[in-house]
Amino acid sequence: MSGVRVLVGTRKGAFILTADGKREKWDVSGPHFAGWEMYHLKGSPVDPNRIYASQTSGWFGQIIQRSDDGGKTWHQPGAPAGEPAAPGGMPKGDSNKFVYDTSPGTGKTLTTHQWYDGTQHPWEFKRVWHMEPSLTDANTVYAGVEDAALFKSTDGGESWAELSGLRGHGTGPNWQPGAGGMCLHTIILDPSDPNRIYIAISAAGAFRTDDGGKRWKPINRGLKSQYIPDPAAEVGHCVHHVAMHKSRPDVLFMQKHWDIMRSDDAGDNWREVSGNLPTDFGFVIDVHAHEPETVYVVPIKSDSEHYVHDAKLRVYRSRTGGNEWEPLTKGLPQKDCYVNVLRDAMAVDSLDKCGIYFGTTGGQVYASPDAGDSWAPIVRDLPAVLSVEVQTLA
Amino acid sequence: MIRVELPQHLRTLAKVGREVQLDVPGSVTLGSVLDALEARYPTLQGTIRDHVTLQRRPFLRFFACEQDLSHEPPDAPLPEAVASGKEPLLVIGAIAGG
Repeated sequence: MSGVRVLVGTRKGAFILTADGKREKWDVSGPHFAGWEMYHLKGSPVDPNRIYASQTSGWFGQIIQRSDDGGKTWHQPGAPAGEPAAPGGMPKGDSNKFVYDTSPGTGKTLTTHQWYDGTQHPWEFKRVWHMEPSLTDANTVYAGVEDAALFKSTDGGESWAELSGLRGHGTGPNWQPGAGGMCLHTIILDPSDPNRIYIAISAAGAFRTDDGGKRWKPINRGLKSQYIPDPAAEVGHCVHHVAMHKSRPDVLFMQKHWDIMRSDDAGDNWREVSGNLPTDFGFVIDVHAHEPETVYVVPIKSDSEHYVHDAKLRVYRSRTGGNEWEPLTKGLPQKDCYVNVLRDAMAVDSLDKCGIYFGTTGGQVYASPDAGDSWAPIVRDLPAVLSVEVQTLA
Repeated sequence: MIRVELPQHLRTLAKVGREVQLDVPGSVTLGSVLDALEARYPTLQGTIRDHVTLQRRPFLRFFACEQDLSHEPPDAPLPEAVASGKEPLLVIGAIAGG
């Protein structure tokens, strides 16, 4: 029987929520990696038992974890799965090592970015925000990091190399951190073209490669950000998240700091589709698994008040690819609610009907088994949720 | 043998107890002890000091014999009591974050 596995990253550990295809009764396992910030967990589309996780800490830095059995057991890549960690069986330690490319001809000339005060600042690795497993190879995985850069592993996470063409295309010195740091938080692999990848950075904008990561171009035409000196600049936009439906890889939906945006030409041009939303600030955006014109967002009151509008937790759904939005409230708190939903904390399953999931900074994970018509909490009292991903299991 | 006491999260990562014992060849300095620790437990690489610069991570401190050794140069000899194994080198996670 089909089922779903929801991978939840929180401020204090990871949790795995599982249910059968009815999505009514849930098992909760965790915390995994108790006490650590789990920025993101994501399963391989090739092998659902292969899950990658970013474990991080302000004290102890970055750790990469991997499971080869659907989250039952974990190990640092390079350490033999399931073997005790005696001195002879320890990992090499490279799985934690994210070193910016400074080799001649690649990263050497790009060692600084713009700091808050306008001066140039060295790139300093802080953490992995997002892990994106390859669509075709379980051992290939991408990592989006802070300070913003894209890394790739082809050995199951045992070692990492920067795709330095991203920092090297010329505008890197103009990138600057947003309030949450200068993070590369979105990685979208085009299922129809293995050489095309979209990424997004706060606060630089969206970028695309058409040659597997060697060369990149900013794709921000049409974005307008009133808080930067040139509101229509090539880079400098605070893109919060981007989503794509796999059947239409040229159509992108974006939640920018303010504004919901849409592109129909692979990001070359964008237009605003915020329409009748009560506020167009927010973080998450996602697309229905079977209806590429059905889009979901969670409006947040403002960039200085990071909680939902009118104290009501409402998911907004557009069935028209934007502009016309309807609030989805059944089962969600409609008074005294002051949570946020962070950029990687919404996901969809591919069952029929499509399931929608999101986690809040208040520690709730909500699920809708009917494409958003009704909602129920799977769990209510986790630590603040940083990320939610879903695996649909055969 | 040199004794090193680790904070809880690093014990969990390395799958060891509160204290590990290390054979440190040559002079016993902060740098040589951390080299030996990371060689024995490579999973700790990058968790105490940066992979590349080898700078101590900001929220970690080194103590021994009731002294704060956090700002000592990596090649400065550690106290004799640590070198002889009488006292442990303490790796401490700063009390921060509420």
